[in-house]
Amino acid sequence: MKLVTAIIKPHQLDEVKEALEAYGISGMTVSEASGYGRQRGHSEVYRGAEYTVDFVPKVRVEVLVDDIDAGSVADVILKSAQTGRIGDGKIWTVPVEDVVRVRTGERGVDAL
Amino acid sequence: MEINTGDTAWVLASAALVLFMTPGLALFYGGMVRSKSVLNMMMMSFIALGTISVSWVLWGYSEAFGESWNGLIGNPFQHFGLDGLLGERVFGTIPAAAFVAFQSVFAIIAVALVSGAIADRAKFTAWTVFTVVWATIVYFPVAHWVFAFDGFAADKGGWIANQLKAIDFAGGTAIHINAGAAGLALAFVLGKRVGFGKDPMRPHNLTLVMIGAGILWFGWFGFNAGSALGANGTAAVAWVNTLAATGAAMLGWLVVEKSRDGHPTSLGAASGVVAGLVAITPACSALTPVGSVVLGVVAGAACAYAVGLKFRFGFDDSLDVVGVHLVGGLIGTIGVGFLGSASAPAGVDGLFYGGGVDQLWRQVVGALAVLVFSFVVTYVIGTVIQRTIGFRLETEAEVAGIDLEEHAETSYDINGLASGRFGTGSGAAVPTAATKTHEGASA
Repeated sequence: MKLVTAIIKPHQLDEVKEALEAYGISGMTVSEASGYGRQRGHSEVYRGAEYTVDFVPKVRVEVLVDDIDAGSVADVILKSAQTGRIGDGKIWTVPVEDVVRVRTGERGVDAL
Repeated sequence: MEINTGDTAWVLASAALVLFMTPGLALFYGGMVRSKSVLNMMMMSFIALGTISVSWVLWGYSEAFGESWNGLIGNPFQHFGLDGLLGERVFGTIPAAAFVAFQSVFAIIAVALVSGAIADRAKFTAWTVFTVVWATIVYFPVAHWVFAFDGFAADKGGWIANQLKAIDFAGGTAIHINAGAAGLALAFVLGKRVGFGKDPMRPHNLTLVMIGAGILWFGWFGFNAGSALGANGTAAVAWVNTLAATGAAMLGWLVVEKSRDGHPTSLGAASGVVAGLVAITPACSALTPVGSVVLGVVAGAACAYAVGLKFRFGFDDSLDVVGVHLVGGLIGTIGVGFLGSASAPAGVDGLFYGGGVDQLWRQVVGALAVLVFSFVVTYVIGTVIQRTIGFRLETEAEVAGIDLEEHAETSYDINGLASGRFGTGSGAAVPTAATKTHEGASA
């Protein structure tokens, strides 16, 4: 099993969610995140004083998938999250040792 | 004189409007600080509702409007506890108590305004003491100078109102220049916040600021139009001028922002509104509506630049009490000397209307007298408090957040993840096994 984690622009979340549902993903976890990459921060002006805000708001999407789906899910997120402008985010995939469904105690692929 | 019921109703309603400005100010200031200090910022305004209400009825009113000692201060013992002002006593066309009520809320907000200069870093107990001491030594006497007219509440009133005859309809000097100069003095006494000029100290909630600005504007109609002390033509003119100048000031501020910074900001709009309200306060009975628009544009644009002074000169007037209230108050008070028109209720021509400099010098002297008195005396009061009970919060507490340190509270529990349990320290409100049993039994 694999964990696919994507950091995306907040306003791309709905598109990513719908694309993942269309692909057939049965669940996901979404959380608010802050950070920067090559985009760096942005500047804001309050009463004429300009501040550089380093950490910009992002959304983190996490999806647990079977090994064979991992590549495709990353592609689905890539296509739906991409705007082509700076700050689109990152996607990474890591192996997962075990998954347990809390309600039933099912383990492994059955718990996805 | 007989009591006029219309006048009385308007003054009492205006007093309630002005009272509402202080919670509005709490929102305006509270939204501008970081989330770790919003409660303290709002409490600095709210505590004035407590301390100044009490000091006002005990000695404050009498000090401001009792029989004058050389035009400088009223006799604080004459009406101690509002003695002799109840019953049938009438000032002008309203009951004495209505005048007491209307002026009380001016004192409250004047004190609350000062707090913006020392956001995030003042010990709350020290601030509480300061509110009473400052009101007693600075505000009540200055209110006497400016608002106590001969033969109204007492035979002899204050020197600015009666000898100098500067025009300050609703308190450009007594409230705004006074609070602004006091804020500047306290900013020097307390010093800069940790990280000032280095860390971004973004306003944490501009929606609160916008709501606060809206409440201030709403309440300000009581402040200015209520200062006519009657439901009459002067009140109506003051109302219209308060609208015109404030709208113009918001536009003035936003035009400066758009051309200088590239964006018209919501904080700029809210600040422009307040700058306009401040500037028209002394002038709302003395200008034509067109004059009010001119004054508003000048005040909005000038204050948009003035808020940058603290970075140039390196003092941490955190929420720009100087840039908005001192500068706006000076523009409005001195502006009367330029833009005053004899066709307005005050009936005095300024320099631009052919009146020469006769009114102008009076305005300048009144403004500077209040500025210097307030700055010097406030600096002394602040220094004495700092050297005795301590005014400035400890650095660690300031960094951790003044809300937690001074009030044992945090403002926002957004995700509900702050799990915990009841303590046993404070006693009374802690649920015990007995109360749980009781609830179970009654269910």
